[in-house]
Amino acid sequence: MPVDHTNNIIEVEGVSFAYNENLVLENVYLNIHKGDYLGIIGPNGGGKTTLIKIMLRLLSSSKGTIKMFGQDIHDFKEWSRIGYVPQKVINFDVNFPATVFEVVAMGRYGKLGLFKSLTKEDKRIINEALRQVEMYEFRDRIIGDLSGGQQQRIFIARALAGQPEVIFLDEPMAGVDVMAQDQFYQLLKRLNRELELTLVFVSHDIEAVVNEVTEIAFVNRSLSYDNNPKNFSKGDLEKLYGDNKFIHHHKHA
Amino acid sequence: METINLFITTNMLDLFQYGFAIRGLEAGIIIGLIAPLIGIFLVLRRYSLIADTLAHVSLAGISIGFLLEINPILTAMVSTILSSVVIERLRISKKIYGESALAIFLSGSLALAVVLISLAHGFNVGLLNYLFGSIVTVSQTDLYIIGALGVVVMMVIFIFYKELVFITFDEESAQVNGIPTRFINTCLIVLAALTVSLSIPIVGVLLISALMVIPVVTALQFRRSFIRTIMIAELVSLFSVVVGIFSSFYLDLSTGGTIVLVSLFVFGVSLAIRRR
Repeated sequence: MPVDHTNNIIEVEGVSFAYNENLVLENVYLNIHKGDYLGIIGPNGGGKTTLIKIMLRLLSSSKGTIKMFGQDIHDFKEWSRIGYVPQKVINFDVNFPATVFEVVAMGRYGKLGLFKSLTKEDKRIINEALRQVEMYEFRDRIIGDLSGGQQQRIFIARALAGQPEVIFLDEPMAGVDVMAQDQFYQLLKRLNRELELTLVFVSHDIEAVVNEVTEIAFVNRSLSYDNNPKNFSKGDLEKLYGDNKFIHHHKHA
Repeated sequence: METINLFITTNMLDLFQYGFAIRGLEAGIIIGLIAPLIGIFLVLRRYSLIADTLAHVSLAGISIGFLLEINPILTAMVSTILSSVVIERLRISKKIYGESALAIFLSGSLALAVVLISLAHGFNVGLLNYLFGSIVTVSQTDLYIIGALGVVVMMVIFIFYKELVFITFDEESAQVNGIPTRFINTCLIVLAALTVSLSIPIVGVLLISALMVIPVVTALQFRRSFIRTIMIAELVSLFSVVVGIFSSFYLDLSTGGTIVLVSLFVFGVSLAIRRR
């Protein structure tokens, strides 16, 4: 599916963010188009998670504006159009008493609003989301009993259950073994191509991301963007990271 | 054998001849129902200690009630609710660590309580009942207050159940999904404050957190769905309260202490079952 680069759904304009007077992001511009599979890469502490947290209104920028579906982020109300898969597997309470179904159902709650409980239609959508990630058979299992890769699929299903147009994924591969990572990339590709979902994918695993995504943004306080990730040669990256900071397997903090 | 049975049955019914005992049992059952309902959200968010802190705050509230000769449950309620909101504000502002806020309130309110107690020498006997719980202290007015507010707590939990579960599991995603996390968090902490002040006559200030925490931790051993975990916690809690009140009545033991020991026994059994 070719991406229409005139159809902006999220527009970041001149955003800066400082944490305790430390400038983390400086004058960042970024357009996310409908149908994008955008990889946001960069070194740890380079500000990539900060950037998506600003787009998700979990942090507010010190300068600049953000438009979500054409509306200023502060006036934007339709948050159910946004799905979020947090960096969960590594800081996740395995003793939490919830079944897979209960976890995926949370994805409907924002849409339902207060005072309402799940309808038959909601349950159908939840089961459908579980089938999308091929985890329907696990619906009555306790979430903590699943493997890291399976848990991550459940978090994808939870985002899908809200029927969003964009899904943000923050380092989704953390704590997922290599075999499961492959399957996971296939799943994301399918969601992007078949369901025409826009994906925003934060990762430090540059090599893998470059092969998967359709556009790439490199964030290290400032942002550089390319809609042909293959252009990002290793040489470019080394330049961007600085002399010898380009490490393949650094652990995420 | 038959005579023993007869003896036990008539004796068991003795409890119902005393108005205060029936009131105590009724209040106990209400508390037994709401304590784990709040407790499960506190335990899973690593907030267990807030119950203890609010209990100490309620002691200061009770002392104020004695001094001003107002129903101590009411003054306890007002002081715990006010403090709970301040504690939550402090936690969000990140000016001090969450646990430090709890420690400050815990010791600060205990200091206030001790000073107030020393100011008025007259109420030392009654105070002991509030420290460790005694069904004798439950007046008819108390029972009405406990009953009415018990219903309020249950209704609020029922209304915000799905939001509470979501926030407890993953606060950040809940916020992204448009759940009013701040409002729900404040609701929860105010409900905790209410529950703590209502539980005072039954289990006493020093043992309240046990009733909110132990049945929940017991239920968590069974690794079931959220809703089933709540139901198991409710059963454990009701069992502990009823058995605790009956045995404390017949064996002339401290009510609060007996209830907590029964619940601890059930917790021990659940651990043993899980290990097998």
